[in-house]
Amino acid sequence: MAYIKISDLNFSYRDDDGNFIPVLKDISLEIEKGEYIAVLGHNGSGKSTLAKLLNMVIDDYEGMTGKIEINGKDITSPEITEDEIYELRKDVGMVFQNPDNQLVATIVEEDVAFGPENLGLPREEIRRRVDDALATVGMSEYARHEPHRLSGGQKQRVAIAGIIAMMPECMIFDESTAMLDPIGRKEVIETIEKLNRERHITVLSITHYMDEAVRAGRVIVLNDGNILLDGTPSYIFSKPDLLREAGLDLPQCADLMLRLKKRGIPLEGDFNTPEQCVRSLLNALHK
Amino acid sequence: MKGIVLGQYYPADSVIHRLDPRIKIILALIYIVCSFLCRNIFSFVLLFMSSIVLILVSRIPLKIVFRSLRAIIFIMLFTAVLNVFWTKGEPENLLVSWKFINIYTEGIYNAVFIVVRIVSMIIGSSIFMTYTTTPIQLTDGIERLLSPLKKLHVPVHEFAMMMTIALRFIPIIVEETQKIMSAQKARGADFSSGSLMKRAKALVPVLIPLFISAFRRAGDLATAMTCRCYRGGKGRTKMTVLKCRARDYVMLAVSAAFTAAVVVINIYSFGYTM
Repeated sequence: MAYIKISDLNFSYRDDDGNFIPVLKDISLEIEKGEYIAVLGHNGSGKSTLAKLLNMVIDDYEGMTGKIEINGKDITSPEITEDEIYELRKDVGMVFQNPDNQLVATIVEEDVAFGPENLGLPREEIRRRVDDALATVGMSEYARHEPHRLSGGQKQRVAIAGIIAMMPECMIFDESTAMLDPIGRKEVIETIEKLNRERHITVLSITHYMDEAVRAGRVIVLNDGNILLDGTPSYIFSKPDLLREAGLDLPQCADLMLRLKKRGIPLEGDFNTPEQCVRSLLNALHK
Repeated sequence: MKGIVLGQYYPADSVIHRLDPRIKIILALIYIVCSFLCRNIFSFVLLFMSSIVLILVSRIPLKIVFRSLRAIIFIMLFTAVLNVFWTKGEPENLLVSWKFINIYTEGIYNAVFIVVRIVSMIIGSSIFMTYTTTPIQLTDGIERLLSPLKKLHVPVHEFAMMMTIALRFIPIIVEETQKIMSAQKARGADFSSGSLMKRAKALVPVLIPLFISAFRRAGDLATAMTCRCYRGGKGRTKMTVLKCRARDYVMLAVSAAFTAAVVVINIYSFGYTM
């Protein structure tokens, strides 16, 4: 059974005049445990709303129809209790865009401890989880530092550690790399991949960077509240016209390869990374 | 803006730095009470000497202590002068009498006593609290000390959480203010010339974006805290637990002895009593 199952989900925001503005339209989606999924889409495509719904952190649910089931539990049902929602938030962790706006404490390790403290865990257990989480993101030596003295990438890794310490089964990254410089982005992406690979945490990474989507196992493209494409990166990048319709561009190397192919050059294989492209070009030259 | 230091915390490694923040708050209160208990020359000498001992033990440079005293030098002079001229003593102790001004020996004593009291009070409370305790330790200490009030439905945890978040966001907001000011300067804003009114008006285009961004940050933070299962102080545990050690009890005993000494000296009122 799918870990997250979304069926016929519609969601509308209410604007200042009280009119409903549709954001998500008839979304149906199944996500298995351990998957690494990138959600692509231009601004306003509804991707952040989808993420927030998975954690039930939206103020007004009046414009919502459909069903979201996580781990077999219907979180959209009106009978769901407060405790069940806390349970959900423990299992599905969220990392947001701006690292400054999600760190609570003035010392790194105190901040990582914030989640486990909220869960009411015993002191020794919190200590163990905090040390473990900081080691996982490679920030152990900064445990006693103040967050405002860290770089963007380091702060975001601390934020990730704060979620790991709650031991979630699934993590949602809501444009977590958008505000970082290239070095910070690399640090964060490598951390995300490590979590998926070594801890088998289900990852849902919302982004508008194509090169991040390439690294995922499955890519979902949202356009104006609809799922436009859903498949492996190679499948997604074989539909450049649809991508362009969603306001997205192909990664440069894939774009080049597709253009060469159009000219009749016999290229084979995947074109997702520069390495794959080089290999495919070499193969074509040797023929 | 990475070098911003909150409060007046002076990092050093001393016995006082290592004390439990709860004990330090209590010690500071005891010290302030003692400074008010002092009534005669011996108790004030004792009080003043204890302040010097505190400075030495806490390893706070004298320069820094003087800096904080300089801020209240006007208040000290003012109260001293008031006491010199307005204290009415015994007729035989009249020192100077000129027109309507009468200065008595008691007035001089009172002035000196008051100055010693204020100086010791400032030194004592700032050494126990601001110089040797980080703001976060202080918040933590206040939360634990006040936790019995939770039974009376005083939102102690919420108050401490607000303090922590404020401390966390001060450097961020300061940095942001500077960014906005630079941005407005680049658009020709002038913050440093003109009348006071004009300069205050020039700050409006800085404050508005600052407030908008602060509210947005608050919203984001609230969402992030909700996602991390925050639901107030109920059922919450703590990773770091404050623990009183031997040195904390020793310091409490010392301060109790000090209070007793001040009281005893007052009972055997030596010399002039305030």
